[in-house]
Amino acid sequence: MEVGQMQRTWIEYTKSLFSEGFLDAQFTQLQLLQDESNPDFVVEVVSLFFEDSERLLNDLTRALDQPIVDFKKVDAHVHQLKGSSSSIGAQRVKNACIGFRNFCEQQNAEACLRCLQQVKQEYYLVKNKLETLIRLEQQIVAAGGSVPMEELSF
Amino acid sequence: MASSSSSSSSCAMGFDFDEKPHVLAVDDSLVDRKVIERLLINSACKVTTAENGKRALEFLGLADGQPPKNADFKVNMIITDYCMPGMTGYELLKRIKESPNMKEVPVVVVSSENIPTRIKQCLEEGAQEFLLKPLGPSDVTKLRCQINKLKNPCQEMLCMGI
Repeated sequence: MEVGQMQRTWIEYTKSLFSEGFLDAQFTQLQLLQDESNPDFVVEVVSLFFEDSERLLNDLTRALDQPIVDFKKVDAHVHQLKGSSSSIGAQRVKNACIGFRNFCEQQNAEACLRCLQQVKQEYYLVKNKLETLIRLEQQIVAAGGSVPMEELSF
Repeated sequence: MASSSSSSSSCAMGFDFDEKPHVLAVDDSLVDRKVIERLLINSACKVTTAENGKRALEFLGLADGQPPKNADFKVNMIITDYCMPGMTGYELLKRIKESPNMKEVPVVVVSSENIPTRIKQCLEEGAQEFLLKPLGPSDVTKLRCQINKLKNPCQEMLCMGI
């Protein structure tokens, strides 16, 4: 596949991630922070987000599995996940966390478990999408091209 | 690198060309530390990050039993998250404002939650600003201008919006 084709694929794919609500403007901010002096910034932040989220999802699973659920602890974990997903622009994960926190406040264990499932689902979806996006970018660069950030108009 | 350039012309420029402002960024979130660090570096700042209030105090020489930092040590601004385990950003702010050495350093509190009582509490305790997360380049440009103005109060500085 030639570079122009790859670039067009990247543009279409990126646009779809925004129009489907997976990513929001904060992700664009991160892309704009990347430059020649720091060409791996987005990959690094995204990797940190993956590590952080997986740890938090494990903690949440464990916390909700206790015979007596400590809702304050659950809420603290969800708050953290909401924060990091917001910072990276993972909009659907962030929104799932907002609902989750409401149920923590209500101390509704069953609803919290449903929310956890939803958050996990959204997380794995966006993880998959971001990995695909990064792979596309790496292919473009490997073929000698550059990622056409300027083609994204918002 | 200890630069002992004289400051007799400091009113003409906010900083000597090789002296970037030094910002301490405190946040328990690894993702957020990474992002704020990049935002600040892109705004021509030197950045130190700390993962909690305790580490921040240690860095500033304000931990219990620590000797104060010497005159070479310079921090131009502290940006701290509000919600942190152990010591909140508010508690950190208080400790900084209580210290004779560091109380003049502007402290900016950031939070993902827009809670008016929280904002009021921080501003009353002497916070320079209270900003909502996620921070963007325009927030950092604003902070950069404030650093310049504080360093150079004798002259109105045009903000170049680096």
